[in-house]
Amino acid sequence: MKEIRLHGRGGQGSVTAAEMIAVAAFEDKRFSQAFPAFGVERRGAPVMAFARIADKPIRIRSQIYEPDYVIVQDVTLLDVVDVAAGLKPTGKIIINTDRPREALKLKTDAEVITIDATKIAMDILKRPIVNTTMLGAFCGASKEVGLESMNKAISERFKGELGKKNLLAIKAAFERVS
Amino acid sequence: MSEKTANMKVVEGSYAVAHAVMCCRPDVISAYPITPQTHIVENLSQMVADGELDSEFLTVDSEFSALSVLVGSSAAGARSYSSTTSQGLALMYEVLYNVSGMRLPIVMNVANRALGAPLNIWNDQQDAIGARDVGWLQIYVEDVQEAVDATLQAYKIAEDAEIRTPIMVCMDGFVLTHVYEPVELLDKEKAREFLPAYQPANILDPAKPKTFGAFADPSTYTEFRYQQFEAQLKALDKIEKVAREFEETFGRYYGGLIDSYQAEDAEIVIVTLGSVIGTIKDAIDAMRSEGKKVGLLKVRSYRPFPVQALRKALKDASVIAVIEKDVSIGSEAGLVTDLKAAFYNSNIRIPIIGFTAGLGGRDITVKDIRKIVDKAETARKGIEFEFEFLNLRTEIL
Repeated sequence: MKEIRLHGRGGQGSVTAAEMIAVAAFEDKRFSQAFPAFGVERRGAPVMAFARIADKPIRIRSQIYEPDYVIVQDVTLLDVVDVAAGLKPTGKIIINTDRPREALKLKTDAEVITIDATKIAMDILKRPIVNTTMLGAFCGASKEVGLESMNKAISERFKGELGKKNLLAIKAAFERVS
Repeated sequence: MSEKTANMKVVEGSYAVAHAVMCCRPDVISAYPITPQTHIVENLSQMVADGELDSEFLTVDSEFSALSVLVGSSAAGARSYSSTTSQGLALMYEVLYNVSGMRLPIVMNVANRALGAPLNIWNDQQDAIGARDVGWLQIYVEDVQEAVDATLQAYKIAEDAEIRTPIMVCMDGFVLTHVYEPVELLDKEKAREFLPAYQPANILDPAKPKTFGAFADPSTYTEFRYQQFEAQLKALDKIEKVAREFEETFGRYYGGLIDSYQAEDAEIVIVTLGSVIGTIKDAIDAMRSEGKKVGLLKVRSYRPFPVQALRKALKDASVIAVIEKDVSIGSEAGLVTDLKAAFYNSNIRIPIIGFTAGLGGRDITVKDIRKIVDKAETARKGIEFEFEFLNLRTEIL
C-alpha cells in the first residue's frame, strides 16, 4: 500500500486532488481511498487530505502518519506546518515553489522535488489554482498513477474548456518532473 | 470493502448513501443540514431538483421540525426519510419517542458525531449510543458499501408488518460520510424488487378516522411499551433474514446481527461497532502473523441487542476487550455494559475490559489496537481495571 498526504490551504482544492488520485488509481484497476483531515475548513487555513492506493481492498481508516509521498501545494506552509513529518526516507515530497530545493531547508531524507506549479497554472489556467498541476507532478514523480487515468479522472470532474486546460497543465507538470 | 466488481465507482460516502436513499424511493424527505451529515441531504435535494427522485423534499427550521414532519407523513402512509447527527439528533429527542411509540417505520442515517459542550464537529458515537433507549432499531456500519446496503435493508426491516419500528443506520461522521472509496451503487430496478412499495397496515385516513399516539393511562401504557419491546425482539430474526435476502439479490453480506473476523480460534477478542473495524482487521492480520490469536466480533445490531448471538460467538474467548466511541459518564460505556449484562446469567465467565476511544474525532490507529490487545493479555491473568479512556493525555489534565 502507498500512502499520500497532501498539504494545502483551504480553497486550494487539496481534497479534490486527493479524490482525483483515488479515482485515477481505481481507473488503473487498483484499490484506493481518499479523505480530508477533517477540520473546520476556512479559506486560507492550512488543510490536509490523504489518499491510499493498494492492490487489495483498503480497510484501514486512521490518518496517515508515515506517508510514501507528500504533496505541498503552497510553499508558505513550510513556515507553519512540518510537511515532511513521518515521510519515509524512501519516499518523495513534491513542493510547489520557485525556490531551489536547498533553500527550503527541509528536514527529510526523502527525495525533494520542486516544481513551479503556480507559474504553470498562471500560464495555462490563468488562475493560481495548482491542484491539478500538482497532480501531474505527482503522476510524473511517483509513477503510482498513470497519466491517462489521471486525465480521465480530471476530464470527468472538470468538463469542457476548463477540463482541457487542466489536462494541459497536468501534461506540462508531468513532463517537467518525469 | 468487498471485492472489486465491474459496477464499482469511487464516490464520496455521502453521495453513495444519498443514491441508496433514492433507490428506496421515499415519498417524503425532511431534514435540516448539519455537519457531517450535510452532503447526504444536499445530494438528495439535488436529486429531487433534477427530477431523478420523485419525493417531496421539505426544508424546515430545525431537526425537531424535520422529524415532526415525518411523523405526519409516515402516519399518512408515506415512506419517509431523514438524516441527522449529534446536536440535531439531540434536538429530535422528543420526536424520536413519538416515532417509535406510534410505530412509524422511518429510516434515518445518523452521521455519528460528538456532542457539545465543548463544541466538537468530529466523529464519535455518543449521539446514537445515547439514544439507545428511544425505541428505534440501530445498525452500525463499517464501510461505505455497508452504509449503502444497510439503508436499503433498513426499510425492509422497518416496514415489515411484524416489526413496524423506525431504524437509525449509524455511519461514522466524516470517516464514512466524507471518504472517497470504491462502492457499487445500488441498481434501481433490483432495489425496487427487493423493496417494493410501502404497504402500511394503519394510516391516518379522513375516511376512516383514527388516532395515533394518543393518551394511554396506567391501564394500557405498559402494554404499548411491551409491544415495542416484542417487536424489537422479533427484529432479531428479521435483521438476519433481510441480510440474507440481500445477499441473495446483491451478493453482499456483512453479518446480520453480528459479524466476526478471525474469531473462531481467537483467545483475545475485540468487540466493537462502526468504522474502526477496518483498522482493527489490519491490526489483527499483523498480530496474527506474529502468532497472536486475536479476533474481532462486530456488533452490527446494537438495538435489538443480540444477546444469544453474542453468547454463542464469544463463549470460547479467553479475554474480551470492548472498544467504543462513547462514554456513559458516571458508569462505563454503552456496549461494554450491555455485553457484561448479556453474560451475567449465562455460564460464561470471561474477563471483559472496556475502552472508550476516538472521542470527538481522536484518531484510532493500528498502534492503539495493539496497545489494547496488550492490556487485554494482562487482564487475562487478572483484571487490573475494568474501564479506561484510551490515550488519555494526562499532561493537559
